[in-house]
Amino acid sequence: MLGRIARHIASIAALVLIGGLLSATLVRMAPGFDSDERELDPSLNAESVHALRAEHAGENNILAFYSAYLRGAMHGELGVSHSLGQPVSRLLGERWPVTVRVAGIGLLLGWVAAALLAFVGCLWQRPLYHIFGGALSGAFLCIPAAVLALASVILNAPGYLAIAFIVFPKIYRYSRNLLGKSYALPHITAARARGVGEMRILICHVLPIAGPQLIALAGITVSLALGASIPVESLCGLPGIGQLAWQAALSRDLPLLVNLTVLVTLVTLLANSGADVMICMTRPRQG
Amino acid sequence: MKAARVLACVIVVAVCALSLCANWLAPGGYAKQFREAPGAPPSREHLLGTDEVGRDRFARVLYGTRISLLLAPAAALVSTALAALVGGLAGYLGGIWLKVARAFTDLFLSLPWLFLLITVRALLPLNVSPLSSVLITFLILGLLGWAASARVLSTSANTLRNSDFVLQARASGAHGPRLFLIHVLPNLKPVLYAQFWISIPVFILSEANLGVLGLGVAEPLPSWGSLLRELEGMLSFREEPWRLVPLGLLIVVLTSFQLLLEKEEVTA
Repeated sequence: MLGRIARHIASIAALVLIGGLLSATLVRMAPGFDSDERELDPSLNAESVHALRAEHAGENNILAFYSAYLRGAMHGELGVSHSLGQPVSRLLGERWPVTVRVAGIGLLLGWVAAALLAFVGCLWQRPLYHIFGGALSGAFLCIPAAVLALASVILNAPGYLAIAFIVFPKIYRYSRNLLGKSYALPHITAARARGVGEMRILICHVLPIAGPQLIALAGITVSLALGASIPVESLCGLPGIGQLAWQAALSRDLPLLVNLTVLVTLVTLLANSGADVMICMTRPRQG
Repeated sequence: MKAARVLACVIVVAVCALSLCANWLAPGGYAKQFREAPGAPPSREHLLGTDEVGRDRFARVLYGTRISLLLAPAAALVSTALAALVGGLAGYLGGIWLKVARAFTDLFLSLPWLFLLITVRALLPLNVSPLSSVLITFLILGLLGWAASARVLSTSANTLRNSDFVLQARASGAHGPRLFLIHVLPNLKPVLYAQFWISIPVFILSEANLGVLGLGVAEPLPSWGSLLRELEGMLSFREEPWRLVPLGLLIVVLTSFQLLLEKEEVTA
C-alpha cells in the first residue's frame, strides 16, 4: 500500500512538473509574449525602455524561466499577476475557498440526486422511470455549461445548483449502468429470492461490486466540477478560481495562467490518485 | 427506438439542409443591420425578430448553425486523425512508446477540458478577424480534443498488435509501416468512426461554451456560441422567448446526435 502511494506521489509530481514546463513553454511561445505595451509610452526615454526589456530578459530562456519559477514556488512566491497587479499566491489564497465551496456543494448535490435516481431506478424496474431518467440526464447533457450558469443567473438560483446540474447527467448515466449491471448478477437474484432486504442487498452485495468504480467516478467528477466552475463563476459573478482563469484568459495574463494550470492539474491528479488509493483500501484482500 | 433514431436522422439532415440554404432563405445576410428596427419582436419580415443592433435573428441562426455544424465535424476529423496517429501508432509499437503516449494523454486529460481550452485560446491573439477567430476556435478544438480518443485507440491497437492475423502477417514478411497501414489501421476503422462521431457533439458544446464566455467566434460572424451569448442580457425566460430559439435548436440537434450515436458509444 505504501509503495503504491509513493508511486502515485512520484507520478503526480512528475506530471505536474512536466505540465508546468509545457504550459510555461506555450506561454513563452505565445504571440506578443516579448512585447510590453509600456514600451509604447512616448514619455519613456531609451534608458527606461532598456530597463523594461532587461526586466523580461530572464524570461527569454524557457528553462531558466521555469527553474526560477520553481525556486520561487518552493518559497511561496508565484509571481505577480499582470492584469490584476497582485501577487498570484494571494489571489489563489483568496479565491480558492470560494471554488471549493461552490464546486463542493454542487458536486455533493449532483452526486446525491444522480445516485438516488439511479438507485430508485434499479429497485423500481419501470420502463417509464428509465425513460424519464434517460430523458432528464440527456437534456442536461445537451445544454452547454455556460447556458446552465446563465439560467441560474436569470432564475436567481445559487451557482452551485448550476454545477450540480452540469455533473448530474454524467454521474447518473454511469452509476445507473453500473448499478444495473450489479443488480442483474445471479447472486443478487438469489439473495432476493431468499428474502434478503433491499438495504442489506445494497450494502453487502451491490456496493462491494460497484463501489470501486463509483469511487473512480468520484475522482473524475472533481475535474468535471472544476471545469464547470469556469462558466459558473464567471457568469454568476462568484470570485473563485474559475472566474480568475476566465479573467486571466481574457486579459492574456500568462503568468497567472501558468500557475492556475499547475494548480488545477495538481488538484485533478490528487483527486484521481486519492480515488485510486481508496479503491485499493476498500478492495477485499485475496489469498 | 428505431423510429426515434430515424426521426433524429431526419432532424439533423433537415437542420443541415436549412443551414446550407441560408443564402436563399435569408438573402439579407447575417450582418445586415435594420437600423429602424433594433430589438424588434418576430414579424413577417423578421421571423425571430432582430437583435440589439437590428440584425435579423433568423438569418443569424441559419448562418450560425451552418458554421457550427460544418466546422465541428472538421475539428472532429482533425482530432480523430491525431488520435489515430498518436494512439494507433503507440498501441501498435507498444513498450516504451505506449507508456510515453499514455503518460502524455494522461497529462492532457488531467486538465479539465474547458480549462485547457480557455488557457490555449488565451495564448493566441484575441483581437483577430472574425474568420481567423472561427479557424482558431475550431482548430483548437481539433488539436486539443485527441487525447481521450487516443487512449481508446492505443488500447485497441495494442490488442490488434498481439492478434493472430498480425502475427501471421509478420511471419509472412510484413513489417513496419506496411503492417500498420495495411493490417492494423483498417481494423481500427470502427473505433475511429465511433470516435469521430462522438467528438462532434462534444465540439459543438465546447464551441458554445467558449462563445458564451466571449472566447469563441468573433462578431459579426454568428455561431451557436455567439448566439447563446445573447441570453446574457435576459432578465426572465418569459421575456422575449424567441431569443431562446438558438438554445432550443442546439438542444434538439444534440439530442438527435445522442440518439444516433448510441451504437457508436458502445463501440467506443
